[in-house]
Amino acid sequence: MLDIFDILGPVMVGPSSSHTAGAVRIGAMARTLLGGQPVKADIALHGSFAETGQGHGTDRALVAGLLGMHPDDLDIPRSFEIAAEKGMEFVIHPVQLRDAHPNTAILKVEDAAGKQLTVQGVSIGGGRIRVDKINGVDVNFTGTYNTLVVRHQDVAGELSRITNELAVGGVNIANMSLCRNRRGGDVLTIIETDQKLQPDVVQRIGTLYAVHDVTYYEKEDA
Amino acid sequence: MALESMQEIFDKIEKTQKPFWRVILETDMDEREVTEADSMARMRYTWKAMLESVDSYQGDRRSVSGLVGGDGKKMRDHAAGMETLCGPYLQEVIATALSVGESNACMCKIVAAPTAGACGVLPAVMVPLYKNGGAEEEEILKALYVASGIGAVIAFRACIAGAAGGCQAEIGSASAMAAGALTALRGGDAAQIGNAVAMALKNLMGLVCDPIAGLVEVPCVKRNVVGAVNAISCADMALAGITSRVPVDQVIDCMGDVGRRMPVEFRETALGGLAVTPFGQSIKEQMEQRS
Repeated sequence: MLDIFDILGPVMVGPSSSHTAGAVRIGAMARTLLGGQPVKADIALHGSFAETGQGHGTDRALVAGLLGMHPDDLDIPRSFEIAAEKGMEFVIHPVQLRDAHPNTAILKVEDAAGKQLTVQGVSIGGGRIRVDKINGVDVNFTGTYNTLVVRHQDVAGELSRITNELAVGGVNIANMSLCRNRRGGDVLTIIETDQKLQPDVVQRIGTLYAVHDVTYYEKEDA
Repeated sequence: MALESMQEIFDKIEKTQKPFWRVILETDMDEREVTEADSMARMRYTWKAMLESVDSYQGDRRSVSGLVGGDGKKMRDHAAGMETLCGPYLQEVIATALSVGESNACMCKIVAAPTAGACGVLPAVMVPLYKNGGAEEEEILKALYVASGIGAVIAFRACIAGAAGGCQAEIGSASAMAAGALTALRGGDAAQIGNAVAMALKNLMGLVCDPIAGLVEVPCVKRNVVGAVNAISCADMALAGITSRVPVDQVIDCMGDVGRRMPVEFRETALGGLAVTPFGQSIKEQMEQRS
């Protein structure tokens, strides 16, 4: 549900809340989920993003987000030049997806250590976004909550160990989803929380025995 | 926001004897679990960003397509040279609406209210009042709470995106928010605020979203002017005691219904209206050749 600062806001660089501000947030989300600055990015634009994206600065906005900018950063129009200065290589191309929202982008990113991540993000209007897939696994979260993304082995009881750490840390869960691609394989558990997570809570979850890696996205403050 | 109708706001006002803006403020405090000071600070930050979006205007900037830019300056120059038909306040409202809409098209910083395409409407009615001494900052902040509460109800019951309900959902909603805010600012009661909102939405009902080449440029920038001027006329009518015959929540629901039935060609797809005029098509082709 929208709060009043979704109505009066965001404070943003134009021209479109969906095609510009939302695109910055998708880029920033991919950067956070990767855990830092990408050195390579492959950006695929679907639907309206592909058709009117250039005129709306969607391409520059996605790159700006990957560089860590927020939707109100006046450097967004210069993001291509800044990417070159920071040594981030990128390509942008159209893609046709089946059953995807018209404002969808798929970002394949890689950091300096060679870690790779693919994020499918959607701009759902008013600058709000939704992440639909991470590395091909279906997810559903929006970044309007503090969000914990845990990739772990599909074993019994791991979820209770994760949520126990949250309980001990005094963190209330707002929404949660769990999705695996096959039995015994990798699981993505997405937990949206009311409170911010302290670094030690995130770290303890990261050391649970079946957890491969954990990423924490803290919601934007005004 | 947890308030689902204008009637629910009216009932709360009746029950608690608190003003409209405070009902919205307290709803925000409850929902986001913030203090009054935190909520007010964020509203002040939003207002400052709105002011800055007006002050940072440069008349020599042009949009990506080159179709938009310079009209805010033209309007101001015209007003400086001779007496305008619409007088000092309205001429500045028109210039401000154009300026902020143009700045948005030129990738400058604005406040989406409720969308980027309609970002000129609220600053256009508020900033000139503030600058000519017609309203103090604290009064403006209260009026912005009123505007955001109205917008949240419209977003819940109908829609605020052009892709969902056409331009009536963007400029229409912005105009309704501005009309309600102005009415509150001038001391109107809850019923008068409701009437201003209803009239503003009714007057723009059915307006299609038909951007040339899909860009937030033509006709979007100038529609910010009509949204602002409509808001002022509806606020003054409401303050004069003129009422909307159709109750405000029914008008909001009706706008949502018209939006849902609107052909997809008229909902931000650039497949109808001005976007498919020969001129509109020629701009689209030019943009495609450049990419």
